[in-house]
Amino acid sequence: MTQLFLEQALNGLQFGLMLFLLAAGLTLVFGIMDCINLAHGSLYMVGAYFVAAAAQAADSFWLGLGAGVAGTALLGLLLELSLFRQLYRRDHLAQVLATFALILIANESVRLIWGPAPLLLNPPESLAGPVEIAGFFYPAYRLVIIACGLVVAGLLYLLVAKSRIGMWVRAGAANREMTEALGINVRALFTAVFVFGAGLCALAGGLLGPLLAVQVGMGESVLILAFVVIIIGGIGSIRGALVGALIVGTVDTLGRALLPTLLRATLPADAAATLGPALASILIYLLMAGILFFKPQGLFPARA
Amino acid sequence: MAFYRPARWQQTAALVVLAALLALPSLLDVLDQSYYIGFATRVLIFALAASSLNLVLGFGGMVSLGHAAFFGVGAYVAAICQQAGLGEGLLVLPLAMAVAGLFALAVGAVSLRTRGVYFIMITLAFAQMTYYLFVSASLWGGEDGLPVYERLRLGGISLAGDAALFFVVLGALTVTMLLFSRLAQARFGRTIQAIRENETRMEALGYPVLRYRLACFAIGGAVAGLAGALLANLSGLASPNLLQWTQSGTLLVMVIIGGVGYLWGGVVGAVVLLLLEEILLAWFAHWHIVLGLLLLAVVLFAPKGVAALFGRRDD
Repeated sequence: MTQLFLEQALNGLQFGLMLFLLAAGLTLVFGIMDCINLAHGSLYMVGAYFVAAAAQAADSFWLGLGAGVAGTALLGLLLELSLFRQLYRRDHLAQVLATFALILIANESVRLIWGPAPLLLNPPESLAGPVEIAGFFYPAYRLVIIACGLVVAGLLYLLVAKSRIGMWVRAGAANREMTEALGINVRALFTAVFVFGAGLCALAGGLLGPLLAVQVGMGESVLILAFVVIIIGGIGSIRGALVGALIVGTVDTLGRALLPTLLRATLPADAAATLGPALASILIYLLMAGILFFKPQGLFPARA
Repeated sequence: MAFYRPARWQQTAALVVLAALLALPSLLDVLDQSYYIGFATRVLIFALAASSLNLVLGFGGMVSLGHAAFFGVGAYVAAICQQAGLGEGLLVLPLAMAVAGLFALAVGAVSLRTRGVYFIMITLAFAQMTYYLFVSASLWGGEDGLPVYERLRLGGISLAGDAALFFVVLGALTVTMLLFSRLAQARFGRTIQAIRENETRMEALGYPVLRYRLACFAIGGAVAGLAGALLANLSGLASPNLLQWTQSGTLLVMVIIGGVGYLWGGVVGAVVLLLLEEILLAWFAHWHIVLGLLLLAVVLFAPKGVAALFGRRDD
């Protein structure tokens, strides 16, 4: 039981950190430009495909990861310059529709280029086995993901909280007009944020690629989770995204792993078998509804 | 302000189209193309669902990204009733509407307290929640969905024939559109449109804004439930895929292609989208790319939709 709990807690941490990489870009796009980007999940999918394809071509996971992240960032740059600039001025409905169109195009293009079957992405061979920590075994690759996530989260925190660019970004999220009036080029800043967000998407997609299947539609389910994260955390807040991602990651993972067992202990077997998976899958939505009930602006509102 | 009032030529056009549709099943029968009766029924069902979203979105100004939840709940209510042996449409269809409407009432009561982006996200989250509930509910077929073995009867007459179901769907759509057009010109409709235009002022005038919005949201949900119940009977299956958020997106796309807030927007959008799908799919399997580009073009160059090219929205 303890072993299961520890293992699942680490899995939750790892999932939460990857969610944070996705939510960080999304929450800034949302917060600064007030723009809904449903296609954020598609960048994650395209990123994973780029990484997988590059890793196969270069025969090296790390080279592929680098190339895939760079490629996705470039794609993000093109998208921002050609499409998203025109969407900022439009209402939410237009943004929803345009980015939904991007999802359709992305999914279908990926299917056209790489076919309907999932792409295989192998973790680096040196990390394929498990390692022993405090008496139990845990896959080395998952530990590396956790380390990567922690490093990126730390760097992002330093960048946003301590650097001048980060100060501009936070100012832009808190009050865009005022920031522009102070002479900061919010447009260029936003292009940079969008490109950076696209790169983070690809990083998450590439790192998770060996664990999950790299396939069409992988972006949609994770997109909804990223939305839940930024709503819980507060739109536009990086700190909120980190806390929200860790909450969602752990609650979802632990809920799925432990809830059926817990219910079996308290309820009749057939009721537990029906209720367990259902309750586990909606747990984070209940959590979100609960948090919004008490804190309608999320845990760390960017616009105080 | 009467955005929903149809012009006289539109009424005439609607009558002509209705007459043509009434003749459609016999015509297709003569041409030996009876496959298309089912297709036409599907188009009309989606026209009904898209129109219900148009009521919420175009008319009430609420950007809901969770409308498919009500659509799917209606389908499941019908399938559950029919599996239990309750096959009388005069009972099942109102029941599906009632359950979907009540569910929409509950979702709306929570979601409508939020604004803007939060509203979009919360409706989306509720729909996902419903989707996962049905996916994991092994009692109702889980991921495989719940089959409908025998179609509804309506006042004792079986709808097993495709033409019979077509006429029922056509009748439901006609009545709904008539009601929506009356509703839009009634006191309720004017109030809800005024709320969309200026919420603060209506609040100050003493209108219970939340209650009006909620009523509009629930009516939309109930009609979506009716559409879902009809679809379950057409396809013989209530599948969790009906509740997926991409389905909500598709309905939204239909409304926007057709024209947000135009009486016929939902109908036009459903017809255009499903016809495009039927035609393009035949020669290009990856037709979603074409659809996506088309949507981008609509957003960037024709933001008011197809119906706007024909109708005048006098504001």
